[in-house]
Amino acid sequence: MKKRTVLLSALTLTAGLASAALVQNTYKKGLKIAMLPKIINIPYFTTTDNGGLEAIKELGGIGKAVGPSDGGASSQVSYINTLIAQRQDAIVLAANDANALVPSLKRAMAQGIKVVTFDSDVAVEGRQIFINQAKSDGIAKGQIELLSKLMGGKGEFAILSATPNATNQNTWIKIMQDELKKPAYKDMKLVKIAYGNDDDQKSFTEMQGLLQAYPNLKGVISPTTVGVAAAARYLSTSPKKGQVMLTGLGTPNQMRSFIKDGTVTAFQLWNPGDLGYLAAYAAAALASNQVTGKEGDTFTAGKLGKYTVGKNGEVVLGPPTTFDKANIDKFNF
Amino acid sequence: MKWRNLLGWEVTLIVLVFAALFSGALLSPAFLTASNLTFLTANFSEVALIALSMTLIIIVAEIDLSVASTLGLSSAVLGALFAAGWPIPLAIVAALAVGALAGLFNGLLITRLGLPSLAVTIGTLALYRGLAYVVLGDKAIADFPAFYTNLGFGTLPGTPIPIPIALFFVLAVITVVVLHATAFGRSLYAIGANPVAARFAGLRVERVKLSLFVLSGLMSALAGVVYTFRFASARADNAVGLELGVIAAVLLGGVSIFGGKGSVVGAVAAVFLIGIINGALTLVDVSNEVLTVVTGLLLIGSVLVPNLLGHFRTYRERRRAKGDRVIQ
Repeated sequence: MKKRTVLLSALTLTAGLASAALVQNTYKKGLKIAMLPKIINIPYFTTTDNGGLEAIKELGGIGKAVGPSDGGASSQVSYINTLIAQRQDAIVLAANDANALVPSLKRAMAQGIKVVTFDSDVAVEGRQIFINQAKSDGIAKGQIELLSKLMGGKGEFAILSATPNATNQNTWIKIMQDELKKPAYKDMKLVKIAYGNDDDQKSFTEMQGLLQAYPNLKGVISPTTVGVAAAARYLSTSPKKGQVMLTGLGTPNQMRSFIKDGTVTAFQLWNPGDLGYLAAYAAAALASNQVTGKEGDTFTAGKLGKYTVGKNGEVVLGPPTTFDKANIDKFNF
Repeated sequence: MKWRNLLGWEVTLIVLVFAALFSGALLSPAFLTASNLTFLTANFSEVALIALSMTLIIIVAEIDLSVASTLGLSSAVLGALFAAGWPIPLAIVAALAVGALAGLFNGLLITRLGLPSLAVTIGTLALYRGLAYVVLGDKAIADFPAFYTNLGFGTLPGTPIPIPIALFFVLAVITVVVLHATAFGRSLYAIGANPVAARFAGLRVERVKLSLFVLSGLMSALAGVVYTFRFASARADNAVGLELGVIAAVLLGGVSIFGGKGSVVGAVAAVFLIGIINGALTLVDVSNEVLTVVTGLLLIGSVLVPNLLGHFRTYRERRRAKGDRVIQ
């Protein structure tokens, strides 16, 4: 009797789960989904776009990637307006400004277009879901921890950021500054925050300037893929190579040669391909009316498995990965 | 003759505007929808506003490269004052005043010290952008009341015409009247064509130029206010690089970079032409790089075509002259 109840409830449970899974996997076919990166044709966003396009293809949708070639919010607004005119089912974007995009994104949502942000969020009322590459906390603390390890826990260091307005960069820097107040980091001193504007040459020159202005500099964190690669390129030819510890957020393909020649010991990043992939699945889940973006909604994102929407429509991809000599050859993006 | 040539170029531009509209409609069914045309025209409202004063400045053979930085500065001032608790109308007046002062500073350096406007405004391009960062830092002020942001991206009630473009049309009509129907306007051509002769003719060249630079600062600041509300965001880096778009449009509009020639109608038609082409090509997913190439080619074409036509005309006149001699 007892056994039968257990068996029965197990059966019901399985059936329930199966039907739940079935419901969750009914993505609409032929969805028109557009990827709108911060800047088009830079390696990082090409990878996120490709991840997104792969997901849209898996789902039998019509995907495309469009975007501005400068980092201005206003150029992104005109793309959003164009996507509205084209009647896309969903827009998947990395925002260049937390607020400037909101009015046009609201117009998009008013016309039934679903909006998912990834990489850099907009104000909550401007989108349904935000795919966070990792908790800001995890990234900022991870970067400080990694640099502290590389610098032996003491010395002067600088931060080479992207633009002064970049939402994610500023959040990380703020957390880093708080983190430095901990006793473990009492011998580390942040001497300068420089801005390379996510521009290769500007970042290169800023790195040059940092090394000249601070002769005792022991470390640099550049939490931007453009910045860290440009900084590494300068450092690799400078006499400070091996003395100044450079780390940051970079892609394995950009950083491979600098890891191999000893310019950089270790750096971190999430997998941007997975980030775009997850964001596109979230968009498709919204456009298929599987989820609305409220806390507790769940959806299945192909090869990445099941995700749950958290507070304020946030979905976290996962913890960042540290790349070094030992593992870098396992990655290609 | 000169007047007729000019009119020819303007008519060409207007025909091209309609051709671009027609091609846009063929390329995408979404193009001629009211909402798309609204976005598209709102997109170039700041360029259009500044193009009006830039036309006048280039006609007197000067240039103002600091317009986008003045826009950024006035946007930063507007944002900072609003954040500090000023009522918005007052903050707008202050932003406009700052723009006029920026223009006055340019104008004084150019007219009182006799410095070339190109050099002065390259300097103030950096200076005003720097000041914008001093005023607002890396902050973005965004929580403007809905009434003002609606002015920025709303339309005239019952029409698809964006409010900033409506404002532009009013100012464009005023500019046309001033430039083509007043003594002041006609004096600009004289100054641009030959400042020395103009001075001997009793025109107060320096004072006219000074007033144009103040006007340019004021218009840039007005564009800054429009930009701030249109994007609901006051930032120090608003509209970086916009000056090149403005100058490109004015030159495509047939205003001579050497001064003395050109009209507001041409410049306005060119602003619309570039805006419509960009809008239509974006709608069919043409990439940004290609758009930049197209704009560049248009600009070169605008210099090349009238030049070639001129050569062709002289050639034909020579042939005709020869023919006349044979008949004799």
